[in-house]
Amino acid sequence: MADKNLLQIHGKFVDYTVENANSHMSFLELLDLLNEQLIKKGEEPVEFDNDCREGICGSCSMVINGIPHGPTKESATCQLHMRHYNDGDTIIVEPFRAKGFPIIKDLVVDRSAFDRIIQAGGYNSVNVGSAPDANSILIPKDKADMAFDFAACIGCGACVAACPNSSASLFTAAKISQLSLLPQGHPERYRRVIRMVEQMEKEGFGDCSNHGECEAVCPKGISIDAISIMRREYFKAMLKNV
Amino acid sequence: MSKLMNYLTSSIGRKYLTGITGIGLVLFTIVHLLGNLNLFIGQDSFNLYTYKLESLGPLLEVAEIGLAICFLLHAIVGVSVYLNKKKARPIDYYVYNSAGGNSKQNFSSKSMMVTGSIILIFLVIHVATFKFGPSIEQGYVTNINGVDMRDLYRLVVEKFKQLPIVIVYTIVMILLGTHLRHGFWSAFQSLGLLNKKYRPFVYTLGILVAVMLSIGFLILPIWVYFFVEMGA
Repeated sequence: MADKNLLQIHGKFVDYTVENANSHMSFLELLDLLNEQLIKKGEEPVEFDNDCREGICGSCSMVINGIPHGPTKESATCQLHMRHYNDGDTIIVEPFRAKGFPIIKDLVVDRSAFDRIIQAGGYNSVNVGSAPDANSILIPKDKADMAFDFAACIGCGACVAACPNSSASLFTAAKISQLSLLPQGHPERYRRVIRMVEQMEKEGFGDCSNHGECEAVCPKGISIDAISIMRREYFKAMLKNV
Repeated sequence: MSKLMNYLTSSIGRKYLTGITGIGLVLFTIVHLLGNLNLFIGQDSFNLYTYKLESLGPLLEVAEIGLAICFLLHAIVGVSVYLNKKKARPIDYYVYNSAGGNSKQNFSSKSMMVTGSIILIFLVIHVATFKFGPSIEQGYVTNINGVDMRDLYRLVVEKFKQLPIVIVYTIVMILLGTHLRHGFWSAFQSLGLLNKKYRPFVYTLGILVAVMLSIGFLILPIWVYFFVEMGA
């Protein structure tokens, strides 16, 4: 349980009753309905982040009854529908809580730390000039599949929000692994892993304790295999640089 | 050298340290348990075993120093992870739930700091009681094949004839099992050795190792308390 006094200083919970909600609504549509009702009453609406509403932008960050993106597997908040709840249920909604994700307002947090981790990874060398032959670089199917699975990360931050330690390991590892598995990512692979891990630490995220909660809440089902790969990449980079 | 230190103290470097020291400590614990089995054979068998171990001299000392370093590093990294965790989420959730499914979060993974701390305190008392406890000079002496040696068996039996000690040992050994239930598989994951194929196997093996070590250690005080005759 959170310290009630701290919550009072840094914000508060408000009870709202949403009238006329129906089971076909997505969770974001429920919040839309709530806001319409609040605006009609002359109250301030609840701020929440959203964009694509089809589970690919990763912006609808919120914790619903203690689980980021709610109870359904491999889905974002926008893909959570009210049929998973009963009429009259009380649902507790909180923002993602992590030092690396400062709260802007209500349910909106600043996830630009993730952008900075990606930026720290730097560039990938590519050949410019005439278009290369499509099959000039051969990539084994299993490697390509794995890289694609990791590339599915939408940077929503649920991994950080769910992690008891607020670690950003799964996000960072997905980005590192995706590139380290492909030949195109190899020229800068060792520099990249060191810099991205460094940036992850600078952003104030916690350490990984292998709880694996990140994998369980990831809307894209990204496996902690990524974290294993990141650790192996870091080890190789360490040996190269020492 | 300072570069290596930078890498090893990074968030990933510290995982290597916990993992490798953790595996080292598990191996030690297994050897310790195998040594304990001599107690079941009898007084002479156990005393002879401890005598042989002591007579390794400098070799034993090197092993002990290595072990102490493992414990220390493991504990320091553990505490640092705990402190970072507190820093990384200054305001806790009002409601927090595990999503279940593939999550490896459980009572064991969440109590590593508590179980680890209790085991550390226990270790200090344990080493003070037995390793640095009464020896030949205090009359704990036995003669096997014409050689005077420490009667550690007598000390063990005397201690485990006291119910409070038996209870504390039993509880701490259950906590050791709890620690290893998450610790074992986690050590391999920390070293980057697991993937979808091997993780389920190592995870299950971890449960097995935790249960076997826990029961292996806690059975001894209980056995001594109920079945060993004082002064036998």
